[in-house]
Amino acid sequence: MNAPKVLLWSICLLAAMGGCASKPTALYQWEGYQANLDSYFRGDKVGLEAQAQLMEADLKKIKAAGSAVPPGYSAHLALLYGQQGYMDKFAAYLNEEKSRFPESSKFVDFLSRNFKK
Amino acid sequence: MTRYISLLLFCFLVQGCATRTPVDYSAFKESRPKSILVLPPINNSPDVSASYSVLAQVTHPLAESGYYVIPVSLVAEAFKENGLTQPTEMHATSLEKLNQIFGADSALYLTITKFGPIYTVVNSETLVAIDAKLVDLRNGKTLWVGKAQASSREGEQQQQGGLAVILISAIVKQVMASTLDAGHKYAGIASERLLTAGQKDGILFGPRSPNYGKDAQ
Repeated sequence: MNAPKVLLWSICLLAAMGGCASKPTALYQWEGYQANLDSYFRGDKVGLEAQAQLMEADLKKIKAAGSAVPPGYSAHLALLYGQQGYMDKFAAYLNEEKSRFPESSKFVDFLSRNFKK
Repeated sequence: MTRYISLLLFCFLVQGCATRTPVDYSAFKESRPKSILVLPPINNSPDVSASYSVLAQVTHPLAESGYYVIPVSLVAEAFKENGLTQPTEMHATSLEKLNQIFGADSALYLTITKFGPIYTVVNSETLVAIDAKLVDLRNGKTLWVGKAQASSREGEQQQQGGLAVILISAIVKQVMASTLDAGHKYAGIASERLLTAGQKDGILFGPRSPNYGKDAQ
């Protein structure tokens, strides 16, 4: 067996083994979502505007990586904008949540009806 | 020879009796919930931040297990808008009403039994313990109950040295526990343990997981 052939076989074998060892991949890319939820609930560290900026920056990273946005992410961003009075963004991000996760339809419709300015 | 065999059989029998009764998953499997509404947890610990510290960290394990989690911050706000500020009041809301507003298949009721540092003279431990109950919002059936905890003392080496060393180390740990907000970290670990599918006695995988319907239970 010549050298390139040995190399090729080794690579194949390694790739096969790698397949076995790989961990189950995450369904979503989370970034700082849960940390952002925590700062929101505490309400004393970072302002709403800064929280929304962090969420937007993370959202760019998630989309650039081609990963899935976690459940509730867009909805929380909608809330951050809604509380600052940006009702157009509130509605837009709520609709994003609804189109990504149809399971949210009923709640999104409830929120759209009840939180209008 | 036969005596040995019967003794062996007897041992197996006894062992059979000693194992815990397995969790009944029939209602869970029949219900096949797609979405979970997590109500703000009831907090039985003295730390007022416990409830929302846990609520901020339950989406990850449930979503990665394959469920849609109703957005937790908006759930909290919707309750407040309706005049309910205490988790005990929120937990008392009728299932029909919860289903009507949030549109979820199931609701997860969490109770925090321990949260934060426990001080003793010679040691200090940060412990978080959570109880859970998953209920079908369409028919009121209980689908699953579970509990989990996480502690700073897990995997800790047995203390070596005299009493003075132990006391100093306890003081250092107490200071660290209070300044680093350790409760929040262990709340995260306890939430992951409690709500990640694919474990013994744990929740089943949800429809958004590639493991849906392939549970070992």
